[in-house]
Amino acid sequence: MIHGMLAVYYREMMILRRRLTRQIPSWCVSPLLYLVAFGYAMGRHVAVDGHTYMEFLVPGLVAMTSMTQAFAISSEINIARFYWHIFEEIQAAPVSDAGYVAGEVLAGMTRGFLAVCIILIFGVLFGVHQSYPPLFFAAIFLNSFVFASLAVAMAMLVKSHADQSLMTNFVITPMAFLGGTFFPLHSLPLWAQKALYFLPLTHASRAIRSASYGQAPEAISFAVLIVVGLVFFTMAVFFVSKAKD
Amino acid sequence: MDKGIKIMIKIDHLSKHYKILKAVDDLSLHVNPGELFAFLGPNGAGKTTTIRIMTSLTRRTAGTVMLNGIEVGQSSVEARKQCGLVPQSINLDRELSVFENLTIHGKLFRMNRADRKKRIDELLDYVEMGDRKESLIKNLSGGMKRRVMIARALMHSPAILFLDEPTVGLDPAMRRKIWALVKKIQQQGTTVFLTTHYIEEAEFLADRVAFIDKGRIITVDTPQNLIARIGAWAIDRFVDDDMRPQYFADRKEANDYIAAQNESFTLRRVNLEDAFLSLTGKKVGKE
Repeated sequence: MIHGMLAVYYREMMILRRRLTRQIPSWCVSPLLYLVAFGYAMGRHVAVDGHTYMEFLVPGLVAMTSMTQAFAISSEINIARFYWHIFEEIQAAPVSDAGYVAGEVLAGMTRGFLAVCIILIFGVLFGVHQSYPPLFFAAIFLNSFVFASLAVAMAMLVKSHADQSLMTNFVITPMAFLGGTFFPLHSLPLWAQKALYFLPLTHASRAIRSASYGQAPEAISFAVLIVVGLVFFTMAVFFVSKAKD
Repeated sequence: MDKGIKIMIKIDHLSKHYKILKAVDDLSLHVNPGELFAFLGPNGAGKTTTIRIMTSLTRRTAGTVMLNGIEVGQSSVEARKQCGLVPQSINLDRELSVFENLTIHGKLFRMNRADRKKRIDELLDYVEMGDRKESLIKNLSGGMKRRVMIARALMHSPAILFLDEPTVGLDPAMRRKIWALVKKIQQQGTTVFLTTHYIEEAEFLADRVAFIDKGRIITVDTPQNLIARIGAWAIDRFVDDDMRPQYFADRKEANDYIAAQNESFTLRRVNLEDAFLSLTGKKVGKE
């Protein structure tokens, strides 16, 4: 499994390295717009739970970006599968399904982590100085693990690249806005709070935000992310094995 | 190659059904070590499906496949190590270099760094691409990409090389170049399993040819024997808007026939297309 995982990860990193000069500016656009529009322009005079809105927003953006960028690996897999047929090269090699999934998930997590680094740099430039203890990074790691695993599972289920964008529109985009990224969930009605509590991004946002405020994140958030991540990873391995016709 | 193995590929009663479609239908054959075996048949005959099953890309409905004494499916990872696959479509990473593509393959097949580097240099010289090691795939011609794919398939020194329509879309000069390369690979001891719908390709390359149509093998023999079954010479005549060849055992018999007619005919050598046509009633190029 390890050999297969490293080979698949190596391939994704080679591609990322080739694209890095284009990729970094594209990672900058969305967070910069959110920070300027919501953090600087709209949220300048807003305080949330005793923190400036910018201090509230940056951890939310970190959670959202680690999710979206880790999930973006699904597009890469789809292009490799449907357009370039590179998935076949890996399927024909002595690589286990779990090794393949682990390599792709690791690649998704790496993308998520690099994109998060850009937000943290922007945060400093916008005057946000927060603490980044190990639990802050552990939550990012788990959040990107959850969504990279989901990405591999979904990439195996969809039948075309168009189906993939439907997944993003119906699952990832709503979660990005409702997972405690831009506003505190306690401002919503109780029923909505209860419903949104089951979203993994809600737990990632809470854990990342608590850690960045210098507080201890709730253990339940880590437990949810670990369990959901393992479920998605297992699903991904199953769907990869079913991807053969 | 394991010298103790008398049969390199053994397929027994292989079937692959997609709902009501029988893509492969109770197919059995064997390929000897070092042999160049060709599957000749029209598009949709089941050639690619059979290769995909042998290389673990597609699940079979029934039957068994043994590669170099290892059953595909039972120990799929071990069976995959026996195979080098050159698929019909170009499946190289376009944004990466030739070297990077071959390196990834070497890593997938668990080759260590030193072996990978040595093998890449050897193979790129072998396919006459030594000067394009750092070139990006997207900047290569179609023929060069095919040669890189062949080099990639040979990276881990497989016992069997599967070539699925290896010259499709190439110009005649490049096609000849690929044929010479395939012959060279076979002469160095690799068993080659080739699918094609190009008559000349099967005739030029193959030790034995299997005619396949609608998922079933029609016959298996050497190209010479398949041709000899129907005659040595042929004339083509139009009957009801269709070309109908007529076969003769030797040239004298054909010339005597032509002399007795009031029409003019072109006399030509019988080829595998004729053999396929006489057995299936259709041309290889037709579905």
